[in-house]
Amino acid sequence: MKRIVVVGASLAGVRAAEALRRDGYEGRVVLVGAEAHAPYDRPPLSKDYLAGTTARPALDLRKDGVADLDLDLHLGQAAHSLDVDAHTVGVGEETVEYDGLIIATGAHPRRIPGWDARPGVHTLRTVEDADALRTAIVGGARICVIGAGFIGAEVAATARGLGHQVTVLEALPQPMVRGVGPVIGAVLARLHRAHGVDLRLGVGVEAVVGDGRVEQVRLADGSAVECDLVLVAVGAVPTTDWLAGSAVTVADGVVCDAMLRAAPDVVAAGDVCRWPNPMFDDEMMRIEHWTNAAEQGTHAARTLLRGDEATPFSTVPFVWSDQYDVKIQSVGRFSGDDRMEVVHGTTDDDRFVALFARGDRLGGVLGFSQPRRVMQYRRMVADRASFADALAFAAENP
Amino acid sequence: MKIVVDFDKCKSNAVCMAAAPEVFEVRDDNFLYVLQEEPGEEQREQVEEAVRTCPTGAISLI
Repeated sequence: MKRIVVVGASLAGVRAAEALRRDGYEGRVVLVGAEAHAPYDRPPLSKDYLAGTTARPALDLRKDGVADLDLDLHLGQAAHSLDVDAHTVGVGEETVEYDGLIIATGAHPRRIPGWDARPGVHTLRTVEDADALRTAIVGGARICVIGAGFIGAEVAATARGLGHQVTVLEALPQPMVRGVGPVIGAVLARLHRAHGVDLRLGVGVEAVVGDGRVEQVRLADGSAVECDLVLVAVGAVPTTDWLAGSAVTVADGVVCDAMLRAAPDVVAAGDVCRWPNPMFDDEMMRIEHWTNAAEQGTHAARTLLRGDEATPFSTVPFVWSDQYDVKIQSVGRFSGDDRMEVVHGTTDDDRFVALFARGDRLGGVLGFSQPRRVMQYRRMVADRASFADALAFAAENP
Repeated sequence: MKIVVDFDKCKSNAVCMAAAPEVFEVRDDNFLYVLQEEPGEEQREQVEEAVRTCPTGAISLI
C-alpha cells in the first residue's frame, strides 16, 4: 500500500495513524477531519474542560502535535463520498485516492426534531459546543438537561460543582436503567439528588418554549421547567450519511467483519464501527467508549497492513464516568435485566462493585470508586470466567 | 526507560494496571502507585501500551 487515507481525525483515526507508523508503514498517510482543530480529546468536554480547570491545549490528543507521524493533513474538511471500486473518497472539491481506507468518522449528537433552531438549545460533542455551554453556564443560565445518560449526568455534575442550578429530565424510570438495572439506576438518581440536581424521572418532554430564546421546557403532563439553556443529551448517532450510495453496508454504523473490514481495502473503527465481537459470541455491537476508539483504531490499521494475516478484534468494552466525587466504571457486556450481585461494598454507599451475569458467564462489572477491583474483573471477563467463579473470587478477596 | 506520571491528570482509571500490572498498581486507596519507576526492557511493550491506553494521557516515558 502506498497511500492510506484515514477519514476522521479524532481518537480512533489518530490511534490508527499512530499504529500505521509504529508498525513500520512508510507510505503516505492522509488524515481527513471535519473539524479544523488538531485532534483533541472529548471526555474532558463534559468534565474538567467544561468546569474550566483544564485548559484548551491540554485537550490535544498528542502533546507534541502530529508532525512526527508525517501525515498529509486535510483538517476542516469533511469527506462527503466514497467509491469503493475506484478507491477514492471525495473531500471538498478533491477526489482523494487510497490504497487502504480507515473510516473513523465517529458519531454526532441525536437531536430532537424541531428543537434546533433556537438560541439556548445545545448539544455537546465538540470543543465549540463545550465553549458555548461553559459561557452560558458561568453566565448564570438555569440549565435543563434532557437525558440522564453519561453526558447529561456529567454536565449536570459539572454545573452543580460550579454552583449552578440544574434540572435533569429523564424519560426512563431511573437513570440508565436499561444499562445498569433498577438498583444501580436508583443509586445514580440518589447521587444526583444528593448534590442538589432537580432530577425528574419518567417524564416526557413536549416542547421548548420561549419568545425567540429558551424560556421553559414543557413536559408531557403540561407542567413546565423554567430555564435559560437546554442541553439535549439523548444519545449519539453514527456519522455515516456520507457513505450513502457507497458499497459499504451502513446499519447503525458501518458494518464490518470480525477483522474490522467493511469492504475490500476498507476498515472502520471507533463510534462509527459495528462489528461482531468474538469476546461475546460474535454479537454485533457498536461501542461509543473512549477505550474502544483507541483500541479499535489501532487494530483497524493493523488489519489493513496485515491483509490475509489480519486477526479478529476481540475486546471487553470499558467505559468510565466521573460524576461528583464518584468514579463509575463499567466493563463487559450486560444489560439492566441481567442477574446482578453486589460483591464488594453496598449500594447504600457510593462505593461498591456489582457483577452482572450473562447466562452462566461473568458478563460484566460495574464499579463505583473501585478502579482496582474493576480492572481485576475485566481480566476475568476476558478469561471467560463463569459467574460462579467470579462470585467465589469475590468471596475470597473481600 | 523512566516512567513519569502527571498526577494532576491521573484519574485512577487503572487501565495502566491492566496493561502492565507489574509496573502500575491502583491500590484500595484509589491512588496509582508506580511499582517500578525504571522498569527493564522486557516491560517496554506493556509499559508503552499503558502509556497509549491511559485515558487521560497521564503517563510518559523519558
